[in-house]
Amino acid sequence: MSLPRSRWLADPLCWALAALLLLTFGMPRLKPLFAALFPALDRPLYEQDSFAALLLSHLAIVALASAVATGLGIAAGVFVTRAAGREFRPLLETLVAVGQTVPPVAVLAIAVPLIGFGALPALIALTLYGLLPVLSATIAGLGSVPQGAIDAADGAGMSGTQRLLRIELPLALPVLLGGVRSSVIGSIGTATIASTVGASTLGSPIIVGLSGFNPAYVIQGALLVGLLALVTDLGLARAGRHWARWQQVD
Amino acid sequence: MIEWQAVSKSFGNVPAVKELSLTIAPGEFVVLIGASGSGKSTLLRMANRLVDPDQGRVLFKGQDTRALRAEDLRRRMGYAIQSIGLFAHWTVARNIATVPELLGWPAARIAARVDELLALFDLDPGLYRGRYPQQLSGGQQQRVGVARALAADPEVLLMDEPFGALDPVTRQALQGELARIHRASGKTIVLVTHDIDEALRLASRIVLLDRGCIVQAGPPAQLLLQPASDAVSDFIGRSDLGLKLLGLLSVADRLRAGESAPGEPILVSASLREAMSAFVVRQTDRLPVVDAQGRPVGAIGLNDLLRRRE
Repeated sequence: MSLPRSRWLADPLCWALAALLLLTFGMPRLKPLFAALFPALDRPLYEQDSFAALLLSHLAIVALASAVATGLGIAAGVFVTRAAGREFRPLLETLVAVGQTVPPVAVLAIAVPLIGFGALPALIALTLYGLLPVLSATIAGLGSVPQGAIDAADGAGMSGTQRLLRIELPLALPVLLGGVRSSVIGSIGTATIASTVGASTLGSPIIVGLSGFNPAYVIQGALLVGLLALVTDLGLARAGRHWARWQQVD
Repeated sequence: MIEWQAVSKSFGNVPAVKELSLTIAPGEFVVLIGASGSGKSTLLRMANRLVDPDQGRVLFKGQDTRALRAEDLRRRMGYAIQSIGLFAHWTVARNIATVPELLGWPAARIAARVDELLALFDLDPGLYRGRYPQQLSGGQQQRVGVARALAADPEVLLMDEPFGALDPVTRQALQGELARIHRASGKTIVLVTHDIDEALRLASRIVLLDRGCIVQAGPPAQLLLQPASDAVSDFIGRSDLGLKLLGLLSVADRLRAGESAPGEPILVSASLREAMSAFVVRQTDRLPVVDAQGRPVGAIGLNDLLRRRE
């Protein structure tokens, strides 16, 4: 992708990404600013971890949880739309919907006594949380594939697997990617509370700031989480348009 | 080529096809016709095992189709449907290449075949190869749909109301192209429709179905002149039976070669139905006849339309 310079400049994704990186690495330089804004605070800059390390571990937890949720969600969505798994569809949909009604904090609270503190309970909570949007988007996406295309694929002599991989999933992709996108964005937000159980994420400054009456920490964490969510959303939307280019032609 | 032997099929408690037997010879253009629910689509879909009969069996070239892998059988038969079912995420070329790709043809052979088929359907390969289905008109989409069915040069072409969703002008053009392909290739074609005019125009044999049974099977003229029952006459329509009969013959069949007549000429390839129309419109009982190049070849009179069929 070699875009002319003006296209780069007009691209919100580039601006958001630049802002995210600048703030992540340049936050210490803003210490005087936060000191001026909050003169009552002894320590106006969160310095327990570097923001780069927090960003990386936030990303790692979200990436891992989203990868598992996406893989499981698509696999389950495919399974319940095949002849063999059709009867499990209502059961699975109910299970995931019920899972979604339990707030993420509650999942963390239940997971900690069972698994202990750290990144693992956070990963489990995020994965469970990321499942529903992917699963329902997979089912909706596969359901949106025109019956004619399925009939034609069968009539052409495709096997069930060929039809799924060559026709159904690619045609379901735009809807499916929408689900993945909302799942990942949700996980980025939920991962901030994961720092309450000891996972180190961009939520750490927020939690520490809230419990220690330090609004500067809260702002620093929230700014970065917000920018990360924005960059990810724009990036996934861009990727989605790229993978479903055929939809744009007219 | 295809033989249904006493096949029955029910969906739930609703019988779709009842102990039906039918044999289709190589090179035939058989049109299965009937009202909706007559079992015509089910019968067609038994040929490539999209539907398996509850009882009876279907033979393809003498072989029980259940002994063949369904995928292999389907790759040997072209299949075109009313909803066309082009794959929206694939280009026109890749859509046409569906079956050759499944059969593992080398890329160069596939590319050559795609261009050949596009040209056959009057679509400029350079212009249309790389387009996506949603960039085509309905008629162009169904041309690509039929090209896809023909791609691997199957011996049999199965078509389920392929032109049902097209406007009359496009439908006629595609019917003409299909008739031309049938004449040129000698392929066995089985086409399902509920349009009697389409059946009369294309079929070498019409099979009229009602509630899962064959009511009458025979060449178009036989259905018109010797309907097996009142139901057949009702289905064909009584009011314009004569015009339908005229539609089966062309001016060439009743031409008075070498004679001449004044006025605007009619094409020798036109149907007698069109000639009838011309007599009425021009208020005359005699028309000059020309060939495709516009050369006069004779004349035809209104009385010639009444001449007894030989």
